[in-house]
Amino acid sequence: MAETNDKIANDMLLEWLLRRGDTALVLGHRVSEWCGHAPALEEDIALANIALDLIGQARMWLSLAGEVEGAGRSENELAYLRDAWDFRNLLLAEQPNGDFGRTLMRQFLIDAFQAKLLQALETSQDHRVAAIAAKAGKETAYHLDRSADLVIRLGDGTPESHRRMQDALERLWPYAGEMFVSDAVDAAMAQAGLAPDPATLRPLWQETIDAVFSEAGLTPPASDFAHTGGLTGRHTEHLGNMLTEMQFLQRAYPGAVW
Amino acid sequence: MQASTSTVWQWLSEIPDPEIPVLSLTDLGVIRDVCWQEGTLVVTVTPTYSGCPATAVISLDIETKLRSCGIDNLRLDQKLSPPWTTDWLSEAGRQKLKDYGIAPPVTGTRSTAAGGRIARLAGKETFSVACPRCGAHDTEKISQFGSTPCKAAYRCRACLEPFDYFKCH
Repeated sequence: MAETNDKIANDMLLEWLLRRGDTALVLGHRVSEWCGHAPALEEDIALANIALDLIGQARMWLSLAGEVEGAGRSENELAYLRDAWDFRNLLLAEQPNGDFGRTLMRQFLIDAFQAKLLQALETSQDHRVAAIAAKAGKETAYHLDRSADLVIRLGDGTPESHRRMQDALERLWPYAGEMFVSDAVDAAMAQAGLAPDPATLRPLWQETIDAVFSEAGLTPPASDFAHTGGLTGRHTEHLGNMLTEMQFLQRAYPGAVW
Repeated sequence: MQASTSTVWQWLSEIPDPEIPVLSLTDLGVIRDVCWQEGTLVVTVTPTYSGCPATAVISLDIETKLRSCGIDNLRLDQKLSPPWTTDWLSEAGRQKLKDYGIAPPVTGTRSTAAGGRIARLAGKETFSVACPRCGAHDTEKISQFGSTPCKAAYRCRACLEPFDYFKCH
């Protein structure tokens, strides 16, 4: 019986780690799509740096996931050789970049959540989780600093930039709620003292976004309807298209190294 | 005969950082420990930023250097915790950065997410970065991220030159 319980706990941890790793990986890849296309050189460099941080964080989470799974799969195999239904990222992370404003809004909504989550994870009972969170949290603080700043500048900028930011907020808002939906995996993690119940992070997140949106002159939609499914492998059509690009090399030349 | 750990530290201090070659790996503070374990030299390294591409090059450079110094039994351990901080930059390293044209980190100004933003909302930056060329404090941030994740892009309003600022981390 004890062995069965251990197995369940391990599967829950694996599932939870994939949510962290896949969200960082998918968002990191999306942000990297801007490389060479951003509206200004400084923004191009900033986006590339943030993508690097996120992909680095994904490597840490996925390496640990591979270790916990114990089936000999490396971070690379998890990243490049799973199909869309095996990915456990937030739907928000996989949404296409759209214009620069929409990319920034997506980043801000996730940064504000990640900052609170990672902070809480620093006291995780699993020292490996706590170590990754402490490392990633320092980087995320700078990401949030930048995305919040730009959301304010563009929201409170020209009529055109304001219109685009408000449009981005309305389009992405229905995907934001998924960050705070708790399920059996979250309950098991919270029970074991490994991670907070995401629902408890919502008021903290709300505080950050309220302050920024009020300064930016942006109004979130009143409805809290939330699309869900990403965390259990039911994705929007966009993820498959993204993976086709991201995984092309390993699919065409399996096991290729350089 | 085994080289003493102080000799190994000396060797490591001769390895330049791949991105900012005026700094050595020991200036940067990424070497966390050097010890012998049953005839194997174990060097513990911590990454600066989790996605920094220099991390892999740093490990390769350490291995190449120590093998050339005659170390055959070598292991590199990665250590994430405690996470790397610019507080570990040596004093000599800070001076070298400045001489190289990169403003060294202003201690105690690490972003705590809400901190910097709230200060700016209130219309004031919490700290000023001195221009590494002319020393003026009349400088402005152009972008939170510069040529590498560890740097921000700045401009001096006095001498009008752009420069990199090594962020407090």
